[in-house]
Amino acid sequence: MPLTQVHEGTRAVLKSIDGGRQLRGRMAALGLLPGAELEVVQNSGRGPFVVAVRGSRIVIGRGMAARILVE
Amino acid sequence: MRRTSSRNLFLTTELLEIGRPLVVVLNMSDEARERGLIIDHARLARRLGVPVIPAVGNRNQGMDELVGAVLDVATARAHLPGTADMCRDQGPGPGSLAMPQRASRDGRVDYGPAVEGAVARIEAMLPESPHRRWQALKLLEGDQQVFGSAPVEADRPAINAIAAAFAASTTDDPDVHLARLRYEHIGRLCGEVVRQVGAGRGTVVSDRIDRLAMHQVWGVPLFLALMYGVFAITFSLGNPLMDLIDRGFGWLGGAITGLWPEGSSSHLQSLLVDGIIGGVGGVVVFLPNIVLLFLAIAVLEGTGYMARAAFVMDRFMSKVGLHGKTFIPLLIGFGCTVPAIMATRTLETRRDRLITMMVLPLMSCGARLPIYALMIPAFFAPQWQGPVLWIIYVTGIVLAMLGARLLRATLFRGENTPFVMELPPYRLPTARSLAIQMWTRAWLYLKKAGTVILGAAIILWCLTFYPKPREGWVPPAGDSLPAGVPYEQLTDPAQQQAAALSYSVAGRVGRVMEPLIAPLGFDWRIGTALVGATAAKEVFVAQMGIVFAVGEADETSEQLREQLRARYSPLVGLCIMMFALIATPCIATFAITRQESGSVRWALAQSLGLTALAWVVTFAVFQVGMLLKLGGMGS
Repeated sequence: MPLTQVHEGTRAVLKSIDGGRQLRGRMAALGLLPGAELEVVQNSGRGPFVVAVRGSRIVIGRGMAARILVE
Repeated sequence: MRRTSSRNLFLTTELLEIGRPLVVVLNMSDEARERGLIIDHARLARRLGVPVIPAVGNRNQGMDELVGAVLDVATARAHLPGTADMCRDQGPGPGSLAMPQRASRDGRVDYGPAVEGAVARIEAMLPESPHRRWQALKLLEGDQQVFGSAPVEADRPAINAIAAAFAASTTDDPDVHLARLRYEHIGRLCGEVVRQVGAGRGTVVSDRIDRLAMHQVWGVPLFLALMYGVFAITFSLGNPLMDLIDRGFGWLGGAITGLWPEGSSSHLQSLLVDGIIGGVGGVVVFLPNIVLLFLAIAVLEGTGYMARAAFVMDRFMSKVGLHGKTFIPLLIGFGCTVPAIMATRTLETRRDRLITMMVLPLMSCGARLPIYALMIPAFFAPQWQGPVLWIIYVTGIVLAMLGARLLRATLFRGENTPFVMELPPYRLPTARSLAIQMWTRAWLYLKKAGTVILGAAIILWCLTFYPKPREGWVPPAGDSLPAGVPYEQLTDPAQQQAAALSYSVAGRVGRVMEPLIAPLGFDWRIGTALVGATAAKEVFVAQMGIVFAVGEADETSEQLREQLRARYSPLVGLCIMMFALIATPCIATFAITRQESGSVRWALAQSLGLTALAWVVTFAVFQVGMLLKLGGMGS
């Protein structure tokens, strides 16, 4: 399911990112790569997301979050 | 830290792979200790193959060791011929074998047999170089830029075949795959060198603050309150200091005037007092405001709040096709457009940078405030003064948003840049780093005043001072000048000055411009002052003072306000402010836009586009106002 459907405080495992190679590469450098464990710190239903990955907090725009599939 | 440092070590391992000399600094090592983390830096150094120095930057701890290590690494390099200049040394050169072996053998990321085998095969096809392993890795990822950036004479089809076979063997992209392997390597490395003793309070406090700062409902009001605080501090603390500087320049002008006998009209005296002190002083006066605004912004940045502001604003910015980060330069634009345009460097794509630069001058900068401060009390009753100022600022913001939206839909079409940004943990900025930032800004501003503004002030003074009226010239009658009296026979020095100005280059330019600006409700006097405003917006006020022959004028001049009230209606006053808000940004903005966009065309597009927009908006405001019988020019 897309990251947008994950509730606050829930952990998930990143499955895939729907985007160009450049984008996937950039996300990978931030630690967001398939298999990475993440926790949704904030998802208020609108506006951007905050996720915790590898101990850092990362803001992800809602549009971007819809293209990140997790399980 | 075990987890935070893994993100940072990612970059370190990439840098190590490139094969450049490196010293790793573990900054904020006090913070790590507080969080119960012990890092075996000697072991980390052995594993990375480069010196690792623990340090506390803001307390100067570890600086001597760092300098020593940098010198060691730099001199070790220098002793190896051919490796000092890494860019030149791409081909096989004498002595270039030694360093990379030493530097990367230990620190090398172990990618496992599949990758290492492919890398070894590509490496064998590349010419000897310290960057060979890195080049091979990049080629394996399918990055063709390596071929472009370094003249590598290699068997491209064979290399591409290896890369293609590797790509086919992995389930995800080759670069993502390598990133994963690198993170795995870093995970093992951290397991070896980092020990956690006791519970870390780490991100708990940060998350707790974020619960409010990034709250769905309270985030925006908190942000607005902080912004209000920033402007309140800027103006309430800044104004007394401004008065002080203003008085200082007034005293200086008086002292220099006193060097000449009374009533004399020396050109040099006028250049020094009216041109240089008036022009430069009028700009330096805003130094306290600028410094305070930047102090407030430095605090917001230093604590980490700025990233949260970008988060909060993203919801609104995404509506115009920009993302939250764009908001930071726009905010700085209320202080001064020049550093704001420099701040667009934090944006990732050129498209976002250019859009932001183009609309940035619409965020009403501090230099435009004196114009409003002169005009608003001249034309509007006290209860209307606040709302009028608000309307002007909001007009700028709305136009900037519409402009961005328009550019996004025409010149810069395409998908939204994905908004991804790391949130730094909150921390207290040190007084020293704030002082350094403040000083840098203040110095930049003073340098601008001493160069661009000084030059512009001298040129403008010449334009308003020359040519001198020839003998027997009869100035056209006007409200401040009697009819049919030759220039020499004018007795009032203020009238003399006004007549001389209308004869000067600036006066003539104003007259030539008049047909162009008449539909906006402006006459030649306003045109003349607007020409001056292109040097620096605040020059407009001083120019109006000269045109209306009231002599020394600043934005508190009641005499000038009376003249304005007698000649123009409040509608024209509003139009002047609208035009000053939107039209041609100052010379400094033009220069910085050219520098930052890398092309004079963007700077020209910005200036001409905004001036055209200013004309259209002011025309609309004036003509609609006239239809509504709000009054035009006074007789």
